[in-house]
Amino acid sequence: MKKLLPIAVSLAALTAMNVSASTLEDVQSRGVLKCGVSTGLAGFAAPNDSGQWEGLDVDLCRAVAAAVLGDSEKVEYVPLTSKVRFEVLKSGEIDVLSRVTTWTFTRDASLGLNFAGVNYYDGQGFMVPAALGVTSAKGLDGASICIQTGTTTELNAAEYFKLNGMTYEPVPVETSAEGRQNYIAGRCDVYTTDASALAAQRSVFEDPTAHVVLPEIISKEPLGPVVRHGDDQWLDIVKWSHNAMLNAEELNINSKNLDERAANAKDPAAQGLLGSNEAKLGAMLGLDKKWAYNIIKQVGNYSESFERNVGKSTALKLERGLNALWTNGGIQYAPPLK
Amino acid sequence: MSGMQVQEKKTVTLGSLWRDKKSRGVIMQIIAVIGILLFLGNIVSNTVENLDRLGVKVGFDFLTEPANYDINQTLIEYDSSDSHFRAGLVGLLNTLLVAACGIVVATILGFTAGVLRLSHNFVLNRLMQVYVEITRNVPVLLQILLWHGIIIHSLPVPKKAEAIMDVVFATNRGVFLPQPIPQEGFGWVWIALLVAIVFAVLFKRYANKVQVETGKLIPAIWIGAAAIVGLPLIVFMLLGAPVEMSYPALKGFNFKGGFVIKPEFMALWFALSLYTGAFIAEIVRAGIQSVSHGQTEAAHALGIRPNFTMRLVVIPQAMRVIIPPLISQYLNLTKNSSLAIAIGYMDLVATIGGISLNQTGRALESMGIVLGIYLFISLFISALMNLYNKRVALVSR
Repeated sequence: MKKLLPIAVSLAALTAMNVSASTLEDVQSRGVLKCGVSTGLAGFAAPNDSGQWEGLDVDLCRAVAAAVLGDSEKVEYVPLTSKVRFEVLKSGEIDVLSRVTTWTFTRDASLGLNFAGVNYYDGQGFMVPAALGVTSAKGLDGASICIQTGTTTELNAAEYFKLNGMTYEPVPVETSAEGRQNYIAGRCDVYTTDASALAAQRSVFEDPTAHVVLPEIISKEPLGPVVRHGDDQWLDIVKWSHNAMLNAEELNINSKNLDERAANAKDPAAQGLLGSNEAKLGAMLGLDKKWAYNIIKQVGNYSESFERNVGKSTALKLERGLNALWTNGGIQYAPPLK
Repeated sequence: MSGMQVQEKKTVTLGSLWRDKKSRGVIMQIIAVIGILLFLGNIVSNTVENLDRLGVKVGFDFLTEPANYDINQTLIEYDSSDSHFRAGLVGLLNTLLVAACGIVVATILGFTAGVLRLSHNFVLNRLMQVYVEITRNVPVLLQILLWHGIIIHSLPVPKKAEAIMDVVFATNRGVFLPQPIPQEGFGWVWIALLVAIVFAVLFKRYANKVQVETGKLIPAIWIGAAAIVGLPLIVFMLLGAPVEMSYPALKGFNFKGGFVIKPEFMALWFALSLYTGAFIAEIVRAGIQSVSHGQTEAAHALGIRPNFTMRLVVIPQAMRVIIPPLISQYLNLTKNSSLAIAIGYMDLVATIGGISLNQTGRALESMGIVLGIYLFISLFISALMNLYNKRVALVSR
């Protein structure tokens, strides 16, 4: 027995060793990006009629895949509930989490995660049936409120009602479908979640005009992609995939005009981004020269992605608002490509 | 195994040990235990190492931090500024409440349905069979969702609710009942109740003794019941009815005042009771049928009345068969109550294992607590029922 133990122990020690290559190498050798998304939220991540995933969050996954693998279709979407999302990311089952996740101090500081930017600036709002005649959230004292659990939403609601000296009955719901059912049946008077998600929910109601979103926005909800701690290169890649889309919009480069812009030698900023001059932006990230070109070509710039998924022509009908570029009065502001 | 064979050639002592059947068995068991321990140790060290690499601290200090969320059904006082620990306690009490209510109703339902299934009345018999077969064969999660759907869709919203007997309102936000609020002096009623219970127990013992000595029957159960109901009632009246009623009344969006049973609780309670009741019915039927008919006939031949035959001959023997599977059903009901999450009933899983987990990101710790508590509840119920089982089990003389 004495001779057996060391063998077994060393064997166990071997299996316990963590052979972790960089996420970039993992993704490239696998040939597919694993991206955690919502279980189905119109405009952000939901499968369309032909089963293809679509949405603002999905476009971020596609942008990273285009930058890293040169093909925006090489993504494996992993639908996750709000409850399991961080654990799945931490355990390495996915490479990036792009799932309407609010960037908060606690999450950033204590969960072993890093936020790689903000792809949608949101805020929590309230939706009520128009027939109720309520015009302000201040008039909701004593109401029953449907709240999706496991989010920052319930904290904001608790805080808001406490601050304003009002009472309410929280009705916790696990999924948006369950929330809709409770709200329509009148189990709750009010539905509260991020304003963008309220718009998404309202868009699938039988009569969207019978419901109003109250003017109060009670919280800051910067939603963005998340990666694991400890792989700075990968953090940079995800961060700059998003920033490339913003910079492209700012430079007025889109999926239609990019070949023309890339060929124009008098346009160094565009050429640098698109990798058609001597600038080696891609190499600094450990990527191909055409990383950003692939993103813009296959996914489009931020404006194209926004309008296609949640903008005026979609069922969600969201304004750019805070999400307009800083040059247009919004706060979407990408650091310069220098 | 290859390691073992190498050793076998090297050392004579180990080799001879290996050839001996008995010592080989011991060696194999030691190897198995070491293997399992190494495996578990590997998982734990791996987890700790991985968490460490990500810079995540493991610990339970988050329990004392403010929870910052509200809970709609609280048996103890709770506010969003209370700690995660207290939020978990509220959830635990909600779990225990629905489990206890479910066990009581499931038992009553199960015993009734089990006995009625043996009835010679064709309609009753078939009716119970339909109940058992339908509820037993549909997943309980679907039944919970179905009851929740029925309650929130079929009952009116508070504004359209009509009073039943002026004071009860059934709405899709709960059934609102008048609530008696004890005033000064009500403590005497509790004391009277306690005295009556002690009296009933002692009186029953005395009656048994009288019966053993003289054969005289005293209806001790009825007298005891009368005391338990009557004495507190008399004290209550003498004190001049020291309660004030709080009646529910519509104010703004919802009813205020009174006592409310939430639809989530009702749905969970109904579904769990009906589902588990069906299993208990079959267990009871099997128990009664396991007592040979000869026992009944023998009792009748001795001149024992049918009522007593059932109580003193059949049921005690049936209980020996019924109790062990009944324990399993109680445990099942308690664990199934964790499906509460599907309809938003704030139980243990929804509070500490749900919202707290999400807010703090302490998945390992939170799930560990939830698992530990369920294990403890189950073992506790099991221990209680085993104690009872020992009392009714066959005593070999």
